[in-house]
Amino acid sequence: MGQTLFQKIWDAHVVQARDDGLALLYVDRHYFHEGSFHAFNMLKARGLAVRRPDLTFGFGDHYAPTVGRSTPEVKDPEIRGIIETFEENARANRIRAFELADPDQGIVHVAGPEQGLTLPGMTVVCGDSHTSTHGALGALAFGIGASEVAHVLATQTIWQSPPKQIRCTFDGALPAGSTAKDMALALIARIGTGGGLGGAIEFAGVAVQALSVEARLTLCNMAIEAGARTGMVAPDAVTAAWLKGRPYAPAQPDPAWSRLFSDLDARFDSEVTLDATKIRPMATWGTSPEEAVPLSGRVPRLDEAPDETRKKAWARSLDYMGLRGGEAMADVALDRVFLGSCTNARIEDLREAAAVLRGKRLAVPMLVSPGSSRVKRAAEAEGLDRIFKEAGARWEESSCALCVSMHGETVGEGERCASTSNRNFAGRQGRGARTHLVSPASAAASAVAGRLVSAL
Amino acid sequence: MDAFTQLTAIAAPLDLANVDTDQIMPARFMRRPRDERYATYGFHDQRFTAEGAKRPDFILNQPPYDTAAILVAGRNFGVGSSREAAVYALLAMGYRCVVAASFGDIFFSNALKNGLLPVRLPESTVNELRAAVAAAPGTTLSVDLRTQILTAPDGSTHEFVVPGFARDCLLRGLDEIGLTLTLEPEIAAFEQRRAAG
Repeated sequence: MGQTLFQKIWDAHVVQARDDGLALLYVDRHYFHEGSFHAFNMLKARGLAVRRPDLTFGFGDHYAPTVGRSTPEVKDPEIRGIIETFEENARANRIRAFELADPDQGIVHVAGPEQGLTLPGMTVVCGDSHTSTHGALGALAFGIGASEVAHVLATQTIWQSPPKQIRCTFDGALPAGSTAKDMALALIARIGTGGGLGGAIEFAGVAVQALSVEARLTLCNMAIEAGARTGMVAPDAVTAAWLKGRPYAPAQPDPAWSRLFSDLDARFDSEVTLDATKIRPMATWGTSPEEAVPLSGRVPRLDEAPDETRKKAWARSLDYMGLRGGEAMADVALDRVFLGSCTNARIEDLREAAAVLRGKRLAVPMLVSPGSSRVKRAAEAEGLDRIFKEAGARWEESSCALCVSMHGETVGEGERCASTSNRNFAGRQGRGARTHLVSPASAAASAVAGRLVSAL
Repeated sequence: MDAFTQLTAIAAPLDLANVDTDQIMPARFMRRPRDERYATYGFHDQRFTAEGAKRPDFILNQPPYDTAAILVAGRNFGVGSSREAAVYALLAMGYRCVVAASFGDIFFSNALKNGLLPVRLPESTVNELRAAVAAAPGTTLSVDLRTQILTAPDGSTHEFVVPGFARDCLLRGLDEIGLTLTLEPEIAAFEQRRAAG
């Protein structure tokens, strides 16, 4: 029987396998960020050294301010302390860290791939759940907790039990105006946030093959919101072309990359198929990524809930979101818009939003935080910053920013924000903040309308 | 890590599905070093008003549930962010065990590595247990990691499974780093094989 893409990468990294299925996997690439301080403390407490600083890379993103690139000038002393600790841990352990002032700083899941640090066939881990993003390049990439970060720092390995293998096929061509973000939200609306639990999703099908690498990164980024440990896409010519010339990527594609695909007779534990031709711009209405509908639709009513558990969850969501149920999405009035995050802040995302905004004025405030300092410079070279600024948006520095709201700014209590990020959880953008997840184009159109609408 | 063998304790019902780690540990507290204040961070925005007053309507604030060491939760508990601080907060609140039909993958792993026992049982069983502890506040449950059996108030027993390696570590209070470091020769040999191509 043939092997899946997942099995090929897994097998190539097993240092030791146990009888119970658990395997000690070698880690090719380990990323960390400011939040990894617990792990460095654990290492210090045990007097252990970082085993492979050369395979370890730090990115300052979670606490990075959106204004200013100088650590000493960060105003909040607690936040400054976290950033300083990150920089000190990197220096003390001889690790290359992309610090705040570094011209290549960025969100780890944007800047890591951008640097060519994530390559096909690699195992990639980071103390961040959205590490699934890197699977877009044909890597086996997953998020881990602080204890596991300490384990990887000390041993360059990680214990894993093999996940269920799920193939998610998007058949047909994605209609113009729909994006990878809409594919992800449509999938999660269909299978639920628990749909991928304990699983690794391989995204396949014509619509996935047609995606750019940046769009694949968006799709794999959201795999964790379906509950999956990781998402991945088989590398192809598009992948190789995208990697060429990046600072840490090889000058020529590795011939081994061409063997990284699921064999025709490979077996998956489960299969999900979606008709890509039917996917329209989506948005969430509730406090779970699965609570998503097309922007042309309406918020569901409680009596439409498929079961009692969902009915209770929907009631809580509607209450928190300040919605009645039944209203048209296009009638939901916004207070602000956020364009950014590891999901949707790459150059193509900014281009899509700018194309909608060109020559228009915003009805509500909008923050734009590019995914990396490189993306910011590239956007400025193209003049995208002018389009955003002329429309009335704040054009600021690269940071996780309002996706996780750790950098000092939050969305206010009761404020409604259309956001290109990945989580609409209660309190995610700030206590009492109401988040609607959308694509960059929909975010821009919504900022102009002051309501939740698509760019169509 | 503290060893976990057996626990008999008051259980609290939390009848919510998809409880994410952002709810368990709001992001704004994550910059703080791990200390006793983590007890107030756990479920903070549901336990306290914006002014800091305790909300008596939230079940985990109500006696005797406020002294519970076992949480009987809804499905997909601990989904979302990988933040291990969510486990630190639950431990600081006094929990040593969470029972649910399913868990977020990373949360499940984080819990095991910190001595918080995640017990996975069929949804119908979890619903019955939750109803039982909700109907009679102060009801205790017993979990035994050695036998991997949970005993309900009515005496019925329910078998759960904790992956072997994690179970060994938890029973002995050992962390994986120490054990993996004994495999250094194997790790070095792997690196040499890779380098040789």
